[in-house]
Amino acid sequence: MVNLTIEGRPVSVAEGTTILEAAKTAGVLIPHYCYHPGLPVAGVCRMCLVEVEKAPKLAPSCATTVAEGQVVHVHSEKSLDARKGVLEMLLINHPLDCPICDQSGECELQDYTYQEGREDSRYREPKRFNPAEDFGGDVIYVPNRCILCTRCVRFMDDVAHDPSLNVSERGDRALIGKFEGKDLTHPWAANVVDLCPVGALLSKDFLNKARAWELDRTASICPNCTQGCNVIMETRENQLVRMRPRPNEEVNAFFMCDWGRLNYRWMNEKSRVEQPMLRRKDGLAPTSWEEAISAAARALSGKKVFVAASPMLSNESLFLLTQVMDGGAGAFRVTEGEEAPLPGVDDLALRRERAANVYGAETLGFKKTKDLLGGLGQGDVLVVAGEDLAGIDASAVSRASDVIVIGSVLPEAATKASIVLPIANFSEEEGTVTNLRGRVQRFTQARQAPGETRPSWVVLGDLLGAMGKQSNFFLPSEVFAKLASAHKSFAGLSYDALGFKGLPVVDAPPTRPKGPIAVGAA
Amino acid sequence: MGFPHHPHPRETTVLTKYFGENEARTLDGWKKRGGYKALEKALGMQPADIVNVVKESGLRGRGGAGFPTGVKWSFMKPGDGKPHYLCCNADESEPGTFKDRELMRWTPHAVVEGCAIGAYAIGAETAYVYIRGEFTEPLHWMEKAVKEAYAAGILGKNAMGSGKRIDVHVHKGAGAYICGEETALMESLEGRRGNPRIKPPFPAVSGVFGMPTTINNVETLVATAPILLNGADWYKKMSLSNPKSTGTKLFSVCGNVQRPGTYEVVMGFPFKEFLYDLCGGPLHGRKFKAVIPGGASVPIQTMEEAEATLMDYEGFVAGGSMLGSGGVIVIDDAQPMVTVIARIARFFAHESCGQCTQCREGTAWTTKILERIRDGEGTIEDLDTLLDIAEQMTGKTICVLSDSCAVPVVSGIQKFRGEFEALIQGRRFHPVTAAVA
Amino acid sequence: MTPDLVGGLESPDYASHDRAAHEPYTPVFTGDLKRELDELLTRYPQKMAALLPALWIVQRVHGWVSEEGMAEVAGLLDLTPAYVKGVVTFYTMYHQHPVGKYFIQVCTTSPCGICGAEDVVKAFLRHTNTGELGVTSPDGRFTVIEVECLGACGFATPVMVNEEFIESMTPDKVPELLAKLT
Repeated sequence: MVNLTIEGRPVSVAEGTTILEAAKTAGVLIPHYCYHPGLPVAGVCRMCLVEVEKAPKLAPSCATTVAEGQVVHVHSEKSLDARKGVLEMLLINHPLDCPICDQSGECELQDYTYQEGREDSRYREPKRFNPAEDFGGDVIYVPNRCILCTRCVRFMDDVAHDPSLNVSERGDRALIGKFEGKDLTHPWAANVVDLCPVGALLSKDFLNKARAWELDRTASICPNCTQGCNVIMETRENQLVRMRPRPNEEVNAFFMCDWGRLNYRWMNEKSRVEQPMLRRKDGLAPTSWEEAISAAARALSGKKVFVAASPMLSNESLFLLTQVMDGGAGAFRVTEGEEAPLPGVDDLALRRERAANVYGAETLGFKKTKDLLGGLGQGDVLVVAGEDLAGIDASAVSRASDVIVIGSVLPEAATKASIVLPIANFSEEEGTVTNLRGRVQRFTQARQAPGETRPSWVVLGDLLGAMGKQSNFFLPSEVFAKLASAHKSFAGLSYDALGFKGLPVVDAPPTRPKGPIAVGAA
Repeated sequence: MGFPHHPHPRETTVLTKYFGENEARTLDGWKKRGGYKALEKALGMQPADIVNVVKESGLRGRGGAGFPTGVKWSFMKPGDGKPHYLCCNADESEPGTFKDRELMRWTPHAVVEGCAIGAYAIGAETAYVYIRGEFTEPLHWMEKAVKEAYAAGILGKNAMGSGKRIDVHVHKGAGAYICGEETALMESLEGRRGNPRIKPPFPAVSGVFGMPTTINNVETLVATAPILLNGADWYKKMSLSNPKSTGTKLFSVCGNVQRPGTYEVVMGFPFKEFLYDLCGGPLHGRKFKAVIPGGASVPIQTMEEAEATLMDYEGFVAGGSMLGSGGVIVIDDAQPMVTVIARIARFFAHESCGQCTQCREGTAWTTKILERIRDGEGTIEDLDTLLDIAEQMTGKTICVLSDSCAVPVVSGIQKFRGEFEALIQGRRFHPVTAAVA
Repeated sequence: MTPDLVGGLESPDYASHDRAAHEPYTPVFTGDLKRELDELLTRYPQKMAALLPALWIVQRVHGWVSEEGMAEVAGLLDLTPAYVKGVVTFYTMYHQHPVGKYFIQVCTTSPCGICGAEDVVKAFLRHTNTGELGVTSPDGRFTVIEVECLGACGFATPVMVNEEFIESMTPDKVPELLAKLT
């Protein structure tokens, strides 16, 4: 360990740590642009210059490793003056178009300028202009706002291993370029938008949708494949408008794939069942929750139960479903697509299996199958939980004596459904899912569920209660505690322990951490 | 010699002795003049002994920084199991400097020999001579010399029958001043944009292709041959001033002077005599106004400063400037200083690689302000802004290009403020109108 | 050094690309030139190091480095075309657009500037009928640009016509030189 002083605070960090990272451990954020812990060090923005006592010049803290006894000043007059200089220089050719810029409100150039930049500019000359360019994929480039930090170029080179961006030209004519006809089609390319500290790289999907300060942000998990990338779900007026990666060294480093990122609209789906329903003479009709739950309990009583579950459901709900099954069988199917790895990060990919909780469903005894209703016995009560039964013939369903739908939509194939219990979708409730390496991770509620819809764990808890089983849950954490005490894989885990980075199940295979990428690894 | 003029009796021609002699460009002609004797001697010595001789001689880098060559060579650890490389920096691009051009086009074999000696001394089998793309004539002669040297067995897997492998390859640049910066040169040689690297790691640890590398200027390498032949003492004794500055130095002289050209003098030569006697003084009817003694990136000297200067590393610093690359730009009283400085700033703005914020934006901003002042549209506040930008551009970037742009601006404003103010106040600069013969 | 002569800082041949007749691209690296590249590759421990030399070969053959040329080189050296373009645009000597048969570069950096280089540029612009820096003359013969320091400051004003280096150019010698260029 190396001992040093940063802003008067004693710091002790491992040898080889940069001053910038060491400062973070002391709660000191050294302003920076080109540095990113997930990328090789470039040291070009010169924003993170700090004063190190006895050193002849200011040191770039991103590229300077700590030394024993160093005394570092981040907010001294000299360092502040240097940062002021950088900020002024970065703005001389900047169009100052914050009012129409998507990045406004979450722009590091804006933030640091307000924090410690000059109030005015001394620049009296014409500004440089370059037209905006469609980079393909989800990315638009606005060169006039670019500060040439090269994070995007380094991501494509060193993380995506697809050098499709470059710095073109040189000096003050430099800008980010690509090759004519070669678009940013790499399946992880949209990360450059997150990495861009300013409004130079924008998402087409998010373009002009919302101002940053209008967004509500929720820590969650991307439900779109088994990788379980940690994300922030961003909503405006209860509509999910953007998903962005949330750093987790054990799962997704700092990144998420384009497919997962852009596949959020289904969570805003409008054609929902919003009320519990019971079959009457003239078809399904709305009813009260009490009536619907007790009807379902009666329908299940003494019957052999088969559950067709969705692998999007939480560990908690799947666990409660196993209690509902009580000796019956459960199965699930999972949509597949092409695997798309991010080569620069160990064991990170858009996975073939496109659902959040395949590992959890299997661990809890649900059978993964292509023939979802293959295990449905003649005369069984079929519980369709979160499944839309797309592509399944109504005749397959007809083997069931009765059909109970616990879902956010009414599946077309479930014509026989006698009871419908509307539940929240992934973005509307909280719970845990287990990723393909057995990591249990919490997701939280980002949107309000419509109508009388309730979270799936509430509905299933109430149902179990009505069935006369012990069920007294007020919080999802209590369901999880029950799961942890009942299932060996989850033993010892709790919501508190999981936090927002998750923990592996007891019998999970070992994994390696994914970052940060070693300093100077370029 | 004061090429292209006749040698001046006060010159000491060691490296420039054969300038202008066509025959010296060929292998036979070069051998006739004692060529490759030093390499032969070197190959019979232990590399460490060569390093010691060079260290002992006091030879310092002739590219600009003046780092002791032998010490630099000693950073290359023998027996580390890695390939070592020598880079010969022939990307001579500093405005005012053209000495390496002359060395390469008149004595290409001297360069090849210097490279081979250097490579052997640092345990390298390969030397790359990185020549700027605009130097078509030096490129022609260097490629020819390398070819001849291979054909004669001087280079190759059994250099001069020593059993040692020494390869020398000529690598052509493509138009970028910044590639004269040592790490930018390595980036460029590797096939990248010529962006200077952050140091550490230093080239001796991780240079070209990530391997231990030494990079030396053309003149430095050429000087090692006579040092090996004549001994460290002979070289060390060639000094008229400070014992830290030894040997002869090539100065390329340009601008408003009677006899521009390349001169070789012993370190410590009086600058005044150099300018007036060797170089012939100002053009008829004109007076010297200022000198930039070490290429465009060193501080401008007033004539008062220049005339009191002794020409060595320490002398130029004492005289308010730096020896730099030895490119002496002489400016006479017919030149408006603002125009001269604005043009220098434009050069740096054009050549900035654009990595670091202060350099990318600062060089261009500086140029725009200076050109506005030159055009009579400046304000007094602009001068403060210029000095402030210069301060932001100094000591804060990866390499010193940014500092280099700031230096002439700061020294220019400090020493010739009157000319700036005159333009700002609407008084045109009136050059001397005397006829030039 | 009159201000009207000092162009922008962008690539010198920027202005000429509109006039460029763009002929279909023929690959460069076949036969002897492929062998030349293979020999170059033996000089370096990494393939990429042959990038600058390979681009020089492309320019030697086609007179400029087109996007197709960049793509061809990229393919041979296991690089992406975007990477190659980043490198090409860094170096001023690679022409990204076709230029005149005679590409004339006049050094106007300070040391030559104070020796009258601007007048040399003006003379070239007038006598080549190009009128403007970076523009190719109507007959396609000449493109004149200002170049930063050619490293022959003692021989002001140095001029490069394609690969040929001419020292001590003065305005009155310009017509004589141009007459030799057919």
